[in-house]
Amino acid sequence: MPPTENIAPDPDGASSTEASASGASASGTSTPAIEFKDVEKRFGTTTVLKNLNFTISPGERVALIGPSGSGKTTILRLIMTLEELTDGYIFIDGQPLTHTERNGRRVELPSKTTRAMTTRIGMVFQQFNLFPNMTVLENVIEAPIHVLKKSKDQAVQEARELLDKVGLAEKADEHPSRLSGGQQQRVAIARALAMSPEVLLLDEVTSALDPELVGDVLAVLRTIAETTDITMLLVTHEMQFAREVSDRVMMFDGGQVLEEGPPNQIFGAPRHERTRTFLSSVQ
Amino acid sequence: MTDNFTSLLDFLPQIGEGIQVTLILTLAGALGAMIIALVLGLSMTSTHAWLRIPARIIVEFFRGTSLLVQLFWLFYVLPLLGVELDPMSCGIGALALNYGAYSAEVVRSSILTVARGQWEAAIALSLSPARRMVRIIFPQAWALMIPSLATLLIQLLKGTAVVSFITLQDLTDKINQLRMSTNDTFFSFTVGLIIYFVIAWILQELMNLLERRATARLGRKRPNSRTERRLARRLARGEGGRHDADDTAAGKGVRP
Ligand SMILES: Nc1ncnc2c1ncn2[C@@H]1O[C@H](COP(=O)(O)OP(=O)(O)OP(=O)(O)O)[C@@H](O)[C@H]1O
Ligand SMILES: [Mg+2]
Repeated sequence: MPPTENIAPDPDGASSTEASASGASASGTSTPAIEFKDVEKRFGTTTVLKNLNFTISPGERVALIGPSGSGKTTILRLIMTLEELTDGYIFIDGQPLTHTERNGRRVELPSKTTRAMTTRIGMVFQQFNLFPNMTVLENVIEAPIHVLKKSKDQAVQEARELLDKVGLAEKADEHPSRLSGGQQQRVAIARALAMSPEVLLLDEVTSALDPELVGDVLAVLRTIAETTDITMLLVTHEMQFAREVSDRVMMFDGGQVLEEGPPNQIFGAPRHERTRTFLSSVQ
Repeated sequence: MTDNFTSLLDFLPQIGEGIQVTLILTLAGALGAMIIALVLGLSMTSTHAWLRIPARIIVEFFRGTSLLVQLFWLFYVLPLLGVELDPMSCGIGALALNYGAYSAEVVRSSILTVARGQWEAAIALSLSPARRMVRIIFPQAWALMIPSLATLLIQLLKGTAVVSFITLQDLTDKINQLRMSTNDTFFSFTVGLIIYFVIAWILQELMNLLERRATARLGRKRPNSRTERRLARRLARGEGGRHDADDTAAGKGVRP
């Protein structure tokens, strides 16, 4: 595989943004890439997440595992601002994402500010969600041109490089509907990477695929994990894959982190009975 | 009968004028309706209540009151308020408001029918709400709304006949004049039916063309294409064994 930097060229050099915001409360040395602070999420009267606190370091690969309904998808959707935060704060690179504390009160940030924050975050969905009214190439260049304000030539060139890296260079001018699920998902990955995200969110990206197509998508993700320093948060039922690529595994249950640790520990010697039952149910 | 045709020939220029009035009303009314539909339809999908609620009220008001009364209101009441419009503007205005309200509902529901995942992917790429609508959501909603808009367009064409109540000499009015001069009700109204039908048919074909283009852009199979319709007719006739020049590969594909 060709070298790395091109997969996701960091727009402004590095994640050296000053830890200006109040969120950098972690005692660690560097500002966390993602921080959840007292996060609460309710849907109507059902509380899905409550008092959730965790931090993720820059460049870390974290696998979220846990039984169905434990809130894994909700966590990713909150980071992508697809769900509204009921209470608490999320910080990306030390800066507040949707809400901030001002004079002791929790205030919502203007939507433009939030949108500027989300440009650092990319997400790949279970159902790919490619835009059917555009070709593969147009899917990939849309946001770089209109959000990052890149020139069309530059966006096209970078898009072609990315499509080449996910093995779909020759499909650039096809319509998404003419691609297999696995190919569509690889386009979706290229589309997310074209925004040079600092954080990449992956929600069960292979679970809508026919088994024989899963391998190609996982191979692409493995390459990204090996060749970039993007912070990755992945929800997966592919335990083998989680074990391979992650630095840390967080086991969720009922909206809380039940236990966490390096993959060897969680998969090899889980401390909690519930983790054991969960792991034996998926393997 | 020959007398009828001579009177029809004599009358042709007049009928031509009538067709012209009807077409202007239809096309200008449709254009106005589309603009109103976009503004009101998009407002009704807004998350801001101050946009959504007034738009909803306007739509319900114009859907709930009859076209004829709206027309009379523009023609007879507005002058009392000091605004005098010529009959043509009143006709176009009433048609645009009435059909605009109906079309707004089509616009709204088509936009909300676009898959959630499309909105979410657009948010995940940080596209602004305006970009998201223009580049992602609307092009997909457009393909969904054309069939309903086509139906409304044909209804609008038929609705133009009410303008003869406000002194406009449209096709219906001219046909009525033809009837009075020939004294043959059957003949005159049949001519009228045929002309309306031909206009409606042309409009429908144009809308079909638009729909095929819109769906082709989504990379979907083009519904209702000419070959497909031919195929459907052939299937309906239960035909199997024809081998003439016109029997294309598409036709062969469906035989068991
Ligand atoms: N839009 C919603 N409205 C109401 N409840 C919701 C909504 N989205 C999620 N929930 C609820 O929130 C809880 C957590 O859902 P979430 O999708 O985050 O779980 P998950 O861990 O991703 O599960 P799975 O492994 O099945 O994907 C579930 O109980 C679910 O029913
Ligand atoms: Mg989930």
